This record gives sequence, structure tokens and C-alpha cells, in this order.
Amino acid sequence: MRRELRLSGFGGQGIMLAAVIVGRAAVMYDGMYAVQTQVYGPEARGGASMAAVVFDDEPILYPKVSDPDILVIMSQEGFEKYGANARADALMLLDRGLVHSRPSCRYYEIPATEDARGILGKVIVANIVMLGALVASTGVVSREAIERAVLDQVPKGTEDLNLRALRQGYTRGEEARE
Amino acid sequence: MSFADWLRADRLPHIWCSGCSNGTILNCTLAAVEAEGWDPDRTVFVSGIGCSSRAPGYISTDSLHTTHGRALAFATGVKLADPSLNVVVFTGDGDLAAIGGNHFIHACRRNIDLTVVCMNNLIYGMTGGQGSPTTPIGALSTTTPYGASEPAFDLVALAVAAGANHVARWTAYHVRELERAVQTGLETPGLSFIEVRAGCPTNYGRKNRLREVTDLAEYFRTKSMLKAKFDRLVAEGRPVPSDAIVVGEFVRRSNPAMGVVP
Amino acid sequence: MQGNTASAEGAIAAGCRFFGGYPITPSTEVAEAMARRMPKIGGVFVQMEDEIASIAAVIGASWTGKKAMTSTSGPGFSLMLENIGFALMTETPLVIVNVQRGGPSTGQPTMSAQGDMLQCRFGSHGDMAVIALAPDSVQEMYDLTVKAFNLAERFRCPAFLMADEIIGHMRERIELPDHVDVVDRRPLESGHLPYEAGEDGVPGFPVFGTGHRVHVTGLTHDERGYPVTTDPVLHEALVRRLVGKVENARREIADYRVTNPDAEVVFVCYGSPARAVQQVVADHPDLGLGILRLRLVWPFPEHALAEFPNARVFLVPEQNLGQVAREVERHVLVPVVSVPKLGGELHTPAELLRAIEEARSR
Repeated sequence: MRRELRLSGFGGQGIMLAAVIVGRAAVMYDGMYAVQTQVYGPEARGGASMAAVVFDDEPILYPKVSDPDILVIMSQEGFEKYGANARADALMLLDRGLVHSRPSCRYYEIPATEDARGILGKVIVANIVMLGALVASTGVVSREAIERAVLDQVPKGTEDLNLRALRQGYTRGEEARE
Repeated sequence: MSFADWLRADRLPHIWCSGCSNGTILNCTLAAVEAEGWDPDRTVFVSGIGCSSRAPGYISTDSLHTTHGRALAFATGVKLADPSLNVVVFTGDGDLAAIGGNHFIHACRRNIDLTVVCMNNLIYGMTGGQGSPTTPIGALSTTTPYGASEPAFDLVALAVAAGANHVARWTAYHVRELERAVQTGLETPGLSFIEVRAGCPTNYGRKNRLREVTDLAEYFRTKSMLKAKFDRLVAEGRPVPSDAIVVGEFVRRSNPAMGVVP
Repeated sequence: MQGNTASAEGAIAAGCRFFGGYPITPSTEVAEAMARRMPKIGGVFVQMEDEIASIAAVIGASWTGKKAMTSTSGPGFSLMLENIGFALMTETPLVIVNVQRGGPSTGQPTMSAQGDMLQCRFGSHGDMAVIALAPDSVQEMYDLTVKAFNLAERFRCPAFLMADEIIGHMRERIELPDHVDVVDRRPLESGHLPYEAGEDGVPGFPVFGTGHRVHVTGLTHDERGYPVTTDPVLHEALVRRLVGKVENARREIADYRVTNPDAEVVFVCYGSPARAVQQVVADHPDLGLGILRLRLVWPFPEHALAEFPNARVFLVPEQNLGQVAREVERHVLVPVVSVPKLGGELHTPAELLRAIEEARSR
């Protein structure tokens, strides 16, 4: 079944990396098909960045996400640009501390940046917390797959931190679903 | 083998006008490669477009006659792809300093192991005598009919500043010094740049009172000033004639070079 | 894997050992991949001072016998055009990857386009024939880069991979083959002149440094390689041979995919728009739609249009104002409808359905 995911936040949060990791998890470790695309702006930091992933059990023809089933929103500007018009039956995971608006579709408030800063001590892993919450609440890919994909993509020496971030995300995702 | 054996006999006569310095400069360069004992089968001559750039076509080696201004970029590809080849570039003032100016400074910056011989005749000869970036202020050409008004490039200073390992300037009058300078260039790892002041009786000389070959030879002889003397005059605060052609070796150093066989 | 990275890997698999380039969005990842990979496999990576120098260095490298490539996008491609002509004239094998972005001018650096298709075909001055491939997936970024090298080597000419930003930047599943078929240029045999062509119009290649003492010039030249610039007969024969060696191979090297040859409404597509077309055709089997998907656009495989004997209309969706549509129009008697999409995004299935509806009501 085709599922479409869109992620948005501000440049520097690791939105692109999160998309690459979850796409990699699907293709390399869950035996699915996935296509990852993104909108490139000129700014490397700030602004609203957007990445998207299409998942399917079958080869994917149309590679772009136009009307996503799942949205991960990590900034207010990202919400306004890429989240506000989410379709009614979509599911949105939003970063509780950074997104002030709430959508009309179903949504989970995830304290990703708060946990990254407070519990994990590194705000930079907020994107990985969000990925954990995404996987726990939607099952787009398996936990085993996302863990292996995270380990493939993160810098050496940060594996433990990133796995802890991922597991913190699982907890938040499970809490949100209940 | 003599330098004459390096020529493609079936391509002669060449296209250069009588009195043109290019043949002299070609001979000096071939004498230098011959003296170095280079193997013609392992030597590549590269050029751009212009009178100077016809030189490789007369030499019996592999030769690459490229697009206007780009000889150094082509030569960079040849030399990086096969550093065991000996690569010499012929170019002119228009080719090197105008359309190819960017490639010139970057080839010097990379300090790639090429020997670059620039036949600087102060004019676009092949297209009929237009002003170039080295045309002196006041000189007449078809595009500077009232005298050139733009300052000219000092090619040697450019090459030194941009990082070439060996830089020299001579004139077509100084055949022995030129041959030795080219030979030094061939022996120096890294980029060697040799500017040769060349005469173009047809397109430059005719308009600028250097029509006769003997006038040109006399001009080069009398206007040239050895770098040592020039340095001494400057150090002593004495005047240097504004039309002096400062000749000699300007730098010889052994900075790291690209395109050298490891 | 990302499309641009896949192109670099395909090049390496095809034997590429020299890359000269200059950074430009959205192609830069090709150069970055080559910068990482080349030193580890005994190849050369050089970042040149501009795109003119990049292709010049690639041509120079090719004459030493190395397989060589550059990658760029619109503005850089424009700068390369003069030396592309030099490569055509001197019959230098090389590959140019153009990850197309929105133009004219600096345009939309991060958005997709297919606006360079005619520039590739006709852009350098003088008459010419070129070989150009257009990938529609990350897999094809790899496969068609290999193919571009093989065609460049076989026909001794530049070959173009005319990708677009969507395919270049996309990441998706790719199967890297254990083995790829690689074609190498035929060496010049002794007793033959450097530009003496065989029956296929392609001369043997005299690698620099191997004793052939070849003169290579962009001037009109005879079979020895010597400039002969005022002989009308010789010039015409040379240009006709250069064009003919590619044009005469049109059927042999054609590379396209046919879906539903009985269809009355047929899409002709290449590059990323082909993905939208395939989605629409898969979602609407009832509409009787056909697809001619070109993996090789130039030389244009006009005979492929005859694979759709019932076609009543050809729809050509492109990220330009109809550059290949115009070519299709030259070869068929039924209506050809250009379905342009400018602005950098992919045609949506809804837009294609609307185009089908309009075409049917004509």
C-alpha cells in the first residue's frame, strides 16, 4: 500500500537527514520500495525546509508527495507552509514546543526538541526523537529497520546518543497513540 | 637527431609572415626539448588559437590545437590524466591574457607541470592587427586607431604572483638565452612560464614603426634591460625608461607541483 | 541512493577514471561523489576554474586514453558549448551529465526542468548530430551513464546524460549489477591515418604517447589530421561523416520502452515526467493509453512512433515548452499535443488526465 510522508522544519534541524534515514530503513532493511525527495532552498540554515518520502510494497511510479497521509512538522513556518492544508484524514506529528498552531486533522504533540535538550542533553537529536515517535505511532517502517538505518547515517561516536534519542521517541509515540 | 627532426616536413612551409618571430621561438623551443633528450613519442604540444597556436601543427609529436584561450585547461587534463607525458604549451598574448586569462592564473596557482611559451607580439596577428591586453599605451592597432588607452598586463608579474615555479622573459632577439630559459622550464617541476617578446611586422610593426625585421631586432636589442640591472636601478632610486623590456629570470622555486610523476 | 551519486557510480563501473568539473546546483553531488571515489580507484578528480576549463580538461584527459566525464547544469552547459563542438569535430569520446534546472539564465537552480534538450541537440555552432540519454529513475542514472560511456567510446563523440533535478536529487532503491558490459574505443591500427574512418564512419583512436604523433585540431582537417580550411569538398565530406556516423546508427542505438501499442492516445515522454505518465496509465487501464518512453532522445528514434499504428493523438509532457514535441510533430500525421510544465515541479496525474480529456475532445 502506498503511504506518503512529508517532513518540514527549519534548516539545520536535520529534516533532510530524517527523511533519508526513514527511506533507507524501508528500502534496505524492510524490503520495501521508497522514494525520497526534497525542496532545496538556497539557505542551509533557517527558512522552511521540506522533505518527503513515498513508501510502497510495489515499485513506485509517481515519485512526488502531493497530499501526504503522514506529516512531521517541526517549526511554525513549516506548519504554515507545508502543514496547514493537510487533508482531513491525515495524521500529523508536531514538535510541541516549536509549533504553536494545531491542524484540523488528527495530530500527536511530541516534545521532541524539549526531550532532546532536557533528557538527552543535545538539541541536535530532536529529529531522531521525532523519527522514533513516527515509527512507534505509525509503523511506516519497523523498529529494527529504523535503528539500523540511524546507525548507518549518524557520525561515529554518536551512535549511543542517537539510539537513546530514537527510544525516547518510541516512548513519546506510544504515549501519544494511547 | 637535431631540432629539425622534430618538424613535420609535410606541413611546411608554415603560415607565418616573413619577419615574424614565431619561427625563431619555435626553433628555440625545439632546440631545448632536443637538448633535454625528450622522446617525441612521449611529448605533447598544446595550443589555443592565434598565430602562435599554429606551432604545434608543425611539430612531429602528438599535438592538440584547441579552442581560443583554453590551451592551458586542455593541457591540464592531458598532464593530470597522464603525468608521464611531457607537455609544452604554445600561446599568445590574446589567447593567454585576454580570453584565457582565468586559465592562466589558475594553471599557475595549481603549479601544474607544464612549460608555457607565450609569443607576446602585443597584437592580434591572425585576425589582422587588433589591440590586445599587452598592447602598450599609445600603440596603434585597428581597434586602437587613436592609440591604445588601456594599461597593459605584465604577464611575468601575473605568473609570479599566481604561483608558477619558474618565470622568465626574453625577446626573439635573445635566442640563446631563450633556449636556455625553455630548457630550465622543461627541467623545473611545476609550471614554467616564459614570455617571449615577439615581433609582428605585418600587423604591429607596420603601424608602429617596426616594419623592418632589422628595426625589430634593433628595438629588442636596445630596449631590453637585464633584470639585474633593472633591480639595481630601482634599488638606487634611479629612473628606468618607461619602454624598457625587462628580461631575465624572475623566479625559480620548488613549490609543490601538480601533474608530476609520483 | 541519490540519482546524482548513482550516475557517478555508473561512470566508475563503465571505466571512467578522470573527472573534471565545477560546482553547480543541482548536479554538484556527481562531482562530490567523484571527488570521494576517484583517488581511491586510481582515477583523477580535478575541480577546474569554470565549466569551459572543465570540459577542456576532460577532452585533454580523453586523448591520453582515459575515459572522462564532467557534470553540470544549464548555465555551465551553456559555457561548455564551444568545446562540445571541439569534441565533436575532433571525435573525442567523453560523457557530459546535465542535471537540468529551470532557465533561462540563472533561473531556478534547485528546481527541475528539461529546457536544455534542444541546446544539447543544436547548441554548439555548425551542423552536428549528438547522442543524448534521459533517465527516469535512480536506477537509470546508473544504467544510462554506463550506456553513455559505451556509446561515446563506440562512436568517438560526446554523449550526454540529460537528467533533470527531480531524478538527480531523488533517492530510491537501486540494484547495482555485479557485472556491466563495457565498450572501449577501438585503437588506431598502424598503417591507417588518424582520421581514416571505417565503414561505420568511426576512425580508430590514436592515444597520446603511443607513437602515432597525431595532430588534433578543431579546424577542418584531412585524414592525417592536418588543417585544410578552404577546400569545400573536404569540409562537406568531414561534416557529413561526423553527422552520419551517429544518424546512420539511429535504429541500432534506439532505446525506448513501449506500453500498450494498440492505444489510441499515446504519451511520448522521457525523464521525470515519464514517472507521472506511468502512474496515470497504471491507475486508468480503462482509458486505453499508450506510452512511448524514450531512454535515448537523440538521435530521435522516429521509427518508434510507428509502433502505435492506432494512435490518434500523441501527448508529449515535458518540463519545457515543447522541445521534443516539435520533433514528434515532424514525424507523424496525427495531432501532437505538447503538455508543458514550467516552474520546476513534476506534472501531476490530474494535469495529465486533463490533457487527455482535452486531447480526446479535439
